[in-house]
Amino acid sequence: MDETNTDVIQGTLDMLILKTLSLEPMHGFGIARRVEQISRGVFKVNPGSLLTALQRLERAGWLDSEWRQTENSRRAKFYALTRAGKKQLEVETADWTRRSSAIARLLKAEG
Amino acid sequence: MSLWRQVTRGLRVLTNRRVADHELADELQDYFEQATASFEASGLSSKDARSAARREIGNSMVVREQVRAYGWESVVETLLADLRYAARQLRNNPGFAATAILILGLGIGATTAIFSAVNPILFQPLPYPHPDRIMMTFEMRDGGSRLPNFGTFEGLSERSHSFEAMAVMKPWQPAMVGIGEPELFEGQRVSAAYFRALGVLPALGRDFQSADDQFNGPNVVILSDRLWHRRFGGDAQIIGRQITLENSSSQLAVSNSFTVIGVMPRGFENVLAPSAELWAPLQYNPALPPDSREWGHHLRMVARLQPGVSKEEATSELDAILPAFGRAHAKGFESAGGIPAGVVVTSLHDHVTAEVKPALLAILGAVILVLLIASVNVTNLLLARGAQRRGEFAVRAALGAGQRRLLRQLITESLLLAGLGGTFGIAVATLGVRVLVALSPPGLPRVEAIRVDSAVLLFALGITTCIGLVVGLVPAIHASRNDPHAGLQESSRRSSGHQIVRRFLVVSEVALALVLLVSAGLLLRSLERLFSVDPGFDASYVLTMQVQESGQRYAGDDARARFFVQALENVRHIPSIASAAFVSQLPLSGDYEVYGIEFEAYPNEAEAAFRYAVSPDYLKTMRIPLRRGRLLDEGDRAGAPVAVLISESLAKRKFHDRDPIGQRVRMGPNMGRSGKPWATIVGVVGDVKQLSLGVNEADAFYTTPTQWAWVDNAQSVVVRTPGNAAILASAVRNAIWSVDKDQPIVRVATMESLLAQTEAQRRFALVLFEAFALVALVLAATGIYGVLSGSVTERMRELGIRSALGATRADILALVARQGMRLTALGIGIGLVGAASATQAIAAMLFGISRLDLVTYLGVVALLGGVSLIACGLPAWRAAQVDPAITLRAE
Repeated sequence: MDETNTDVIQGTLDMLILKTLSLEPMHGFGIARRVEQISRGVFKVNPGSLLTALQRLERAGWLDSEWRQTENSRRAKFYALTRAGKKQLEVETADWTRRSSAIARLLKAEG
Repeated sequence: MSLWRQVTRGLRVLTNRRVADHELADELQDYFEQATASFEASGLSSKDARSAARREIGNSMVVREQVRAYGWESVVETLLADLRYAARQLRNNPGFAATAILILGLGIGATTAIFSAVNPILFQPLPYPHPDRIMMTFEMRDGGSRLPNFGTFEGLSERSHSFEAMAVMKPWQPAMVGIGEPELFEGQRVSAAYFRALGVLPALGRDFQSADDQFNGPNVVILSDRLWHRRFGGDAQIIGRQITLENSSSQLAVSNSFTVIGVMPRGFENVLAPSAELWAPLQYNPALPPDSREWGHHLRMVARLQPGVSKEEATSELDAILPAFGRAHAKGFESAGGIPAGVVVTSLHDHVTAEVKPALLAILGAVILVLLIASVNVTNLLLARGAQRRGEFAVRAALGAGQRRLLRQLITESLLLAGLGGTFGIAVATLGVRVLVALSPPGLPRVEAIRVDSAVLLFALGITTCIGLVVGLVPAIHASRNDPHAGLQESSRRSSGHQIVRRFLVVSEVALALVLLVSAGLLLRSLERLFSVDPGFDASYVLTMQVQESGQRYAGDDARARFFVQALENVRHIPSIASAAFVSQLPLSGDYEVYGIEFEAYPNEAEAAFRYAVSPDYLKTMRIPLRRGRLLDEGDRAGAPVAVLISESLAKRKFHDRDPIGQRVRMGPNMGRSGKPWATIVGVVGDVKQLSLGVNEADAFYTTPTQWAWVDNAQSVVVRTPGNAAILASAVRNAIWSVDKDQPIVRVATMESLLAQTEAQRRFALVLFEAFALVALVLAATGIYGVLSGSVTERMRELGIRSALGATRADILALVARQGMRLTALGIGIGLVGAASATQAIAAMLFGISRLDLVTYLGVVALLGGVSLIACGLPAWRAAQVDPAITLRAE
């Protein structure tokens, strides 16, 4: 049994989704897989949280969604970043960088 | 932007949940298929790939629920589901629902109706700008206050700097002729600043200016919006139009034609004379000649304080002005009864509401008690329902409903119940307000403002919500605390804790009902006492009306006296009239005229007494009994030695056992003037109630009009008729008009109706208290009945065993009835203590009995005891019918 914690760090799921979608519009499964791949399996996204987060981001006006054909001609709901979403991603990225480097500094100082 | 999305998307989900659910299921299905495909691509068999995908997604139901729970619409959906469930619950128990809604509706409706009356009168500010700055000013006299005269007003308004505007006013009843039917109007004569003092200016045309309010000034008039619409069809060209008004009290007016200069705004509420529809300037003589009407105490004074000036500062300023002004007009003040000791300034709001405040607050208190009882009753009903639904709650809890979820469901139910009750209550209130206004006593201020408005609706909503929460909370806590395990087992064996709560509630219901019953009883007995008071005359079959001789026709006292004599002669000639007379002030009519009287035998011991100038037949017509000596007769005329009758109590107090007949007195303007002749007491007559049945002021003296210093221009005719007095009204009026058709006749009434009217306020309070007490009694009885029958149902098994073991039916009957009566007795005990202190609130309305009146308390205890005995009897009888064989087998 793999006991490693693969939960997404609290509060960062939105940012991960926005970042993933900044590359190209994608459907739910695609987002989950992309997050998993890019994090090299460190983060696994559970579909319930993912779909809820997508709802939330869409309501916030950062995403738009539409049903489209996939490359293997299946119908899927695709999410795309809006302009407000792009701005939000910048804000969150800057915020995260600031905080994570602060934490890194702190940990280094302790060490 | 995002808020917009929140609302629209949420609404879309809310209005079409199925589409949203479908979409979600599709998305999840798609996720599943893509996951499967991706697992297959990584080399798994299609079966393994599917199960791997399924593992990744987990329970799709849980995922869907998780997503569904997002967003505000899911909260609304839960609430709606709760509401639907609650509605279904009520529909399934129509009897329970109807009873609870009825009780709550009546309680909320009654409270709301009373609030809608009390709110504008007591709590809302008067409908004027800065109403707290509007004051009424009176002259201080003998520690009390009395109406000022024009002299005092002139002196104060010219010199005072505390007020923005000061005005005096008096009633005016002109008739309008020339356009359509002649019509008598209620109006006011006011000094120029009247509307400025109130702070409301005409909507059309202009306000009065000082040029209008001049002695012999122009005839101008301002109309109310209502009159403008009623008589002139809201004609926009009304300003500048001439209208003809007759019987104006402007004595020296040359013309009766008035120019309309303004129309008041539609919403203008004239609290000082609510029925007034037109206003003309007062036009008194600022030269203030002594012995003129300018010195008569018949004006009311209203004034608006300067911003930042307090009532006290204004009072002391006016007090300081008075003496110097008084010395400058010594003669005038002498004819007015002396310079006042000072002024009394009260706020307009206090002036308008002071008289009705205690009664209104008591009524509001009473209706809140009714509402409390109603709420307690419904709580009881809900508790009983809760007991029946224990199984249901247990099942829901076992299926995973948390305690919170159950609590929310139950509160939703009680809120729905309260909401329905409140809706019904608002309907009740709308009706109740009409009844209230119809029943309202004549002196009730701001009757026009009594209606169901937004403040009232807000109040109703507020109490409805409070009741919904409070009423639901106790049963909800009870139900949610229940152990589902015990609930799932058939639970008739458990003697439940909620019975204790229910008993406590019943005890409080009985106690509250007792307080209301005692209050109603005390008021009832007060009114009985009042109407058994002898007014001192025989009021049956007496018709009265007041003739206001307008002054300008009859320049002298002689001519005026001749008019009244001739009018009386004509009235007497009406067939079937037994006797008729004139009097200067009519008992129990609101008239109030007191003059000094000094006795030759007791110098320096002058008294104040009611003065009656009467035609000789007055005492006979009113059947005021003669105690000693003789009545007045035709011989007591101008020139003859002045004859006086005094009242019994005045005679007793002054002369004790000595014979007052032949003693000499000087009265009114002759007092203390040694040059004036003495009058002789020729008779002693019975005491008469002048002010009201409850007020014992019986010092009085009577003379004929011609032997008094002047002939009054307003006199009341009293006519004794053989039967129904009212039907002769027009005959009497025509008889007077046959002498002079232009004399205004007002206040046509039978003496009996005047008598009843004097206690209108007490009667109003009594009617309401009686209604409330009755409702309380019924509610308390149903409360007792409900608890006891609930308890009998739960104790069936125990009762069965008891009778199986040999208890007779009488034993069981007594057992159950005793249980109920114990609650009643406890409630009565607590209620008695409560009543003893709560009746302080109505002490001011009682007459002739103490608020601890033993008879009332005993009667109420007996009534409440009797009613609850009946309420206990029914369940007890049912318990006694229990067949042990059936009950025990049912287990």
